[in-house]
Amino acid sequence: MMRAILRERLLVAGLALLLLLALAGVMAPWLVDTSLAEIGSARPRRPPGGAHLLGTDTQGRDVLAALLLALPQTLRIGLMAGLIGLGLGCALGLLAGWFRGIPDAVIRTLADVAMTIPAIAVLVLIAVNVRSMTVELMAITVAGLAWMVPARAVRAQVLSLRERPWVDIARLNGIGPLRLILTEILPNLVPYLAASFAAAVSGAMLATVGLEALGLGPQNELTLGMMFYWAQYGGAVLRGMWWWWVPPVVALALIFLALLAISAGLDRLANARLRVAP
Amino acid sequence: MPLELRDAEVAFGGGLLGRRRNLALAGVSLALDPGPAETLAIVGESGSGKTTLTRLLLGLLRPTSGRVLWRGRDLHALRGQDLAEYRRGVQAIFQDPFGAFNPVYRVDRMLILPARRFGLAANEEEARALAEQALGAVGLRAAETLGRYPHQLSGGQRQRLMVARAMMLRPRVIVADEPVSMVDASLRATILGALHLLRQGGGVSLVYVTHDLTTAWQLADRVMVMRHGRVVEQGDVEQVIGRPAHPYTRALLDAVPPAMPDPDWLDREDAA
Amino acid sequence: MTAPVLSVRGLEVAFATAQGQARAVAGISFDLAPGERLGLVGESGSGKTTTALALLRLIRPPGRIEAGAVLLQGQDVLAAGEAALRRLRGARIALVPQGAMNALNPVLDIATQFEDLFDAHAEPRGRVARQARIAALLRSVGLAPDVMARFPHELSGGMRQRVCIALAIALRPAVIVADEPTSALDVVVQKQVLATLARVQREIGAALVIVGHDMGLMGSFAHRIAVVYAGRIVEEGPVAEVFARPRHPYTRALIESLPRFGPRGVFKGLPGMAPSLLAPPPGCPFHPRCAVAMPVCAIEAPAETPLGGRHRVRCHLAAEEAAHAA
Repeated sequence: MMRAILRERLLVAGLALLLLLALAGVMAPWLVDTSLAEIGSARPRRPPGGAHLLGTDTQGRDVLAALLLALPQTLRIGLMAGLIGLGLGCALGLLAGWFRGIPDAVIRTLADVAMTIPAIAVLVLIAVNVRSMTVELMAITVAGLAWMVPARAVRAQVLSLRERPWVDIARLNGIGPLRLILTEILPNLVPYLAASFAAAVSGAMLATVGLEALGLGPQNELTLGMMFYWAQYGGAVLRGMWWWWVPPVVALALIFLALLAISAGLDRLANARLRVAP
Repeated sequence: MPLELRDAEVAFGGGLLGRRRNLALAGVSLALDPGPAETLAIVGESGSGKTTLTRLLLGLLRPTSGRVLWRGRDLHALRGQDLAEYRRGVQAIFQDPFGAFNPVYRVDRMLILPARRFGLAANEEEARALAEQALGAVGLRAAETLGRYPHQLSGGQRQRLMVARAMMLRPRVIVADEPVSMVDASLRATILGALHLLRQGGGVSLVYVTHDLTTAWQLADRVMVMRHGRVVEQGDVEQVIGRPAHPYTRALLDAVPPAMPDPDWLDREDAA
Repeated sequence: MTAPVLSVRGLEVAFATAQGQARAVAGISFDLAPGERLGLVGESGSGKTTTALALLRLIRPPGRIEAGAVLLQGQDVLAAGEAALRRLRGARIALVPQGAMNALNPVLDIATQFEDLFDAHAEPRGRVARQARIAALLRSVGLAPDVMARFPHELSGGMRQRVCIALAIALRPAVIVADEPTSALDVVVQKQVLATLARVQREIGAALVIVGHDMGLMGSFAHRIAVVYAGRIVEEGPVAEVFARPRHPYTRALIESLPRFGPRGVFKGLPGMAPSLLAPPPGCPFHPRCAVAMPVCAIEAPAETPLGGRHRVRCHLAAEEAAHAA
């Protein structure tokens, strides 16, 4: 198994990049003086160079330090939201697809209705009405609107999988429905789940960055999106302070690239193992 | 009476006013001999309902009307221990060797899992030994088969694995749907011979579903001919195939190529 | 005998696998007379399908045609250039592929599938002429002309198979190659499709190479039969002759294992397994499973022995018997 994973260069590259970015964030205290990320800790509006490798912003934050602290936060949101959204969607999809009948009708209708509501509108509504937004709350909010597509997709696959002869054979072995779902159906969903996970995570990150850029993010925490917000707020573009918004953009781009590579690599890996038919 | 069908009917569809009802099976009754093991051949073409019939017998499908009985009791009313007994007593060989294997697992599981579940083996080693023995009976080499994934084996090998599984389990009844269709001619006779032996010596009844009349003749004691979901003729094999009464049975017989080359066979059509 | 319309000499095809080279076809030669039906019979992995595909040079990597010549009306298919090959395929030699029912493009209606063929060979021209030709072709395979407006999924398996036959004969080729054309069909439909195939083949005067594994079917369909084992032809001859007097032990075993209406409960299988194409046994490839193998069979591969009446066999024992009889 490990060998197969290592053979997929895309997958390895993506994982390596993601790991690097995560590590950079975790190792922040050893790489830079994190106190420099506080407001007013350095001379403001300095361009890159000298003591501040990426310069400073209007509020006197060292951009590099801020970046390194913001990275793990954004990653956390994305991972949490992605996991919760996918997990919830998968569970509901399994229930709907396997048992059909009333549970299916209920879940399907819920998902279809929820899908038609513009997510941004709901997110904004929630964010506006919450007293103080936190990273965890953001993650849950975003996840709450990310489960529908996985639910539908998983349901469709389960509907198809349950008709396969190997499921019948499992029944003939005397295996009950719960074990059937776990041992026969779920392993076949892994390719979809693996591929969707990366998409779910990046989708969640985009949604949160969008909210944060609008100013609805956690004001007291540092995330990549909040860096955008502060850059906008401080008129970075007008003032030509490119070092304020370019680093977070590059960081986000790198994260998405890594996720894309992981997704593509996992997809190839799963398909190689799952070759079916003559 | 180990396995029985009484007036079983299976209808699909329904439409808004029940107009588009499609009858896959209409009023079919059959009963396996309670005494010595017997082989019942179910002969028909695709669309005849024979696959639906097998699914009824295997408890994978509920009839829309009529009953399926195991040991005199309604199959779908069985629970717990009784249900487990049924599962132990009735096994299958499916026609489609491609779909029968879950692609994420190695093919060993096809043999080892049921061996453990039905208590034929106490542990992995015993199960493996049983599996290897079963493979030998169908002409498969354990070294070339076990440890592989389904896509690494040919259709014929997979089908033989399914046969090996059924033979290893020695149930009371084997429902075999075209068990040798993907297997080469030379091996076909060997496998059918092994199934025949199970009947003789092992007391295993066989429901043999096929469109091949010659193997039905060779293997079966009784024959049921099906067409469009209905039974058109049934009885002892010598009577149904030897002296067919129904025109459809005659048409099926006529479509079998003769044992010795007959250049006129193609152009000749039996008045059906 | 008149000049053969198809002449295959020393055909060899190998497949590169992770474990080495697999010789799928190890020297096959045969002639096909005009209007003749030749059956290539063998089991899975015997090399019969590979041979059929090689006749149209349809072998793709990891397979490679290593040697041989395929002379179609005198022209070597294997040596032809790309343009010449495209002109040959469909027009002079056509294929009814295995699983022909799935070879039809599911999103195109039947008429368009014919159009593709006509476009590739630039004939017939004009909408009216083409429509007429399609209708005629469909009628010749026993289908109503309005089938041309349908899609493949709307037709039954037998009907799709007939469409494929119609496509194969559309340009009146000299040779039709049919790869297991009826293996997925029901027994009644099987007979109907084969009858259709024989009829249209006669009508356009083409010769037919049919690949299959059902000896019984071949016996009553083909004129001549060639038994293939481990990539070689081990016996070939007129169908009545081969069935009445099979000389190769494998042929005998195949004929004996055919289920018959006769005494019941009789199952005569052939023990052993098909030889590995990666490492075929030395000498005669059949010797490990042969009931009458002699010591020489394990050392030397038998050469071809003509038996008179266009019946030939590749077996040491048969060669000895023939020498004694002479």
